[in-house]
Amino acid sequence: MSAVIAWVEAFNGKAIPATWEALAAARMLADKFAVPVVALIIGEGGEALAAEAGQFGADEVLLCADSSLNNYRLEAYAGVLTALVQSHHPRAVVAAATSRGRELLAASAADTDSPMLGDVLSLSVGDGWISADRAGYAGKVLSETQVVGGETQFVTVRSRAFKALDPKAGAAPQVSSLAPALSEDQIVSKVESFETEAGTVNLTDAAVIVSGGRGMANNPKDAPADAGDAAVWKARDGFANVLQPLADTLGAAVGASRAAVDAGYIPYAHQVGQTGKVVAPDLYIAAGISGAIQHQAGMRTSKIIVAINKDKEAPIFKMARYGLVGDLYQIIPALTAEVKKRLGK
Amino acid sequence: MSVVVFTRSTPDTAAKVEADASGGVSWGDAATVVNPWDEYALEEGILQAKAGAGKAVVVAIGGEMHSEALKHSLAMGLDEAARVEDAGIDPTDSLAYATAAAAVVKKIADVDLVLFGKESVDVGSDQHIVQTARKLGWTMLSYVSKIVAVDYAAKTIKVERMLEEGRQVVTSRLPVVISVMKDINEPRYPSFIGIRKASKAVIPLWSLGDLGIAAPPPRTKVARYKNLPARDTRFELIEGTPEEQAKVLVDRLIEEKVL
Repeated sequence: MSAVIAWVEAFNGKAIPATWEALAAARMLADKFAVPVVALIIGEGGEALAAEAGQFGADEVLLCADSSLNNYRLEAYAGVLTALVQSHHPRAVVAAATSRGRELLAASAADTDSPMLGDVLSLSVGDGWISADRAGYAGKVLSETQVVGGETQFVTVRSRAFKALDPKAGAAPQVSSLAPALSEDQIVSKVESFETEAGTVNLTDAAVIVSGGRGMANNPKDAPADAGDAAVWKARDGFANVLQPLADTLGAAVGASRAAVDAGYIPYAHQVGQTGKVVAPDLYIAAGISGAIQHQAGMRTSKIIVAINKDKEAPIFKMARYGLVGDLYQIIPALTAEVKKRLGK
Repeated sequence: MSVVVFTRSTPDTAAKVEADASGGVSWGDAATVVNPWDEYALEEGILQAKAGAGKAVVVAIGGEMHSEALKHSLAMGLDEAARVEDAGIDPTDSLAYATAAAAVVKKIADVDLVLFGKESVDVGSDQHIVQTARKLGWTMLSYVSKIVAVDYAAKTIKVERMLEEGRQVVTSRLPVVISVMKDINEPRYPSFIGIRKASKAVIPLWSLGDLGIAAPPPRTKVARYKNLPARDTRFELIEGTPEEQAKVLVDRLIEEKVL
């Protein structure tokens, strides 16, 4: 098969947004190589996803359905992908650079001694070899990285770096099925439980992010006498009752600075920055965040940055398009009310 | 049993890093630190070696600058260190890195656990970690935020992984390769005695010949480093009462089409 394979990633049966961005990148590469895009869908119930993959640019679909594949596990999925690469020698394999996409493609690239360009921001092709711009040194520089050998070229693309194609109605890709590579007793990892956080917006997919920092502790509300650390109580109350309502109104994800996470104001899953998540929303609102260089590493590619801070000398204002000097506990509620009024939400 | 932790030196997190005219990268006279994610892997290495009554070995693959990270690791309390450098290994090529790392683990022998920090900030990648596991033929447990239980006699392990949608609990069999997240532990600071001991340590240097492998075929290379495109430097300070500030900001965000 001379083709570009795009792995379609789904969670609870629904495609994740970044997967159609990866399919658009696969489409671009396939057009350069003049080969079709084959969408690979692993797990039972993939028929609906197959039609959707066709709308987003796949020419053909391979379905690999088996009860051992219903919950993603690296060993089981890499078994499928590696066997497919070994038997069909595709020109490239593309996926979104999510937790799963990164490890799945890295595993199959290793199994087949293939080159991999991970978490790419842009792609180009010269003489059949793929070249990519990637973030290096905590996002402070770009590294132009090239494939220099091997057969199948593996690529994962960063969320929001590529735009999904406009869905084509009525596309009907040819669907074939593929056998699983491993049986359940060959897979040593077992998933015991998966506790999902309901209703939260994924930071790396988010178009709008509202983040809070150390300044969240300046909540004018009084902490109850039995609260323990008053600053922690005030900040947590502020995240829950001041920042979250703005995020809900904007359909935004809630982020935080390392200082806020380390002080125990909000769980680590929300941390944006060098040892947290790297995000690239259209709008990033930083409230009570001074903007240390380590924080900037995680959010500097945001399109519009709004800084709200008491200290007009805070470095975050150097990054910002719009700056509001003042008390976030007055400005954020006013902003929430204004957005509700103007957008009729 | 042994625990192996891989680490590297990276520029201080506050350092200004820039590409130069020849496509290289520099951070002036800023110091290097242990790759920020690796502190948690190093701490976990010390804890797990103690739990398994074994030793913790720290290894860096790359040039002399990475000896700093090894000395820091020894000062924290890891038992042994080694560095791998060979003209046949480009540490930015994940497959080459993984081939060498797997050979290191085989050379150390009797290893139940290999630990990495979540990613290396210099290469901006985690793929070499998964590839090390595949080259060893071991299970990969990535993004681990907690080792819930481990039994080095029965060779079983249970961990909590942090994924985009929440927390997953997985069981597996040793040996495994684990990449750790920031909230797995509180890394300790090196002690004064540890720093003194580490400064005197002689760190063995291994070539591919010492590892008993040939140079892997090159797969990727960094052609050049480039500076980021200049940011839009326009700035507007929005003043007034909180209500006035909010109104003007919403006007602007609607004009910018981000609301």
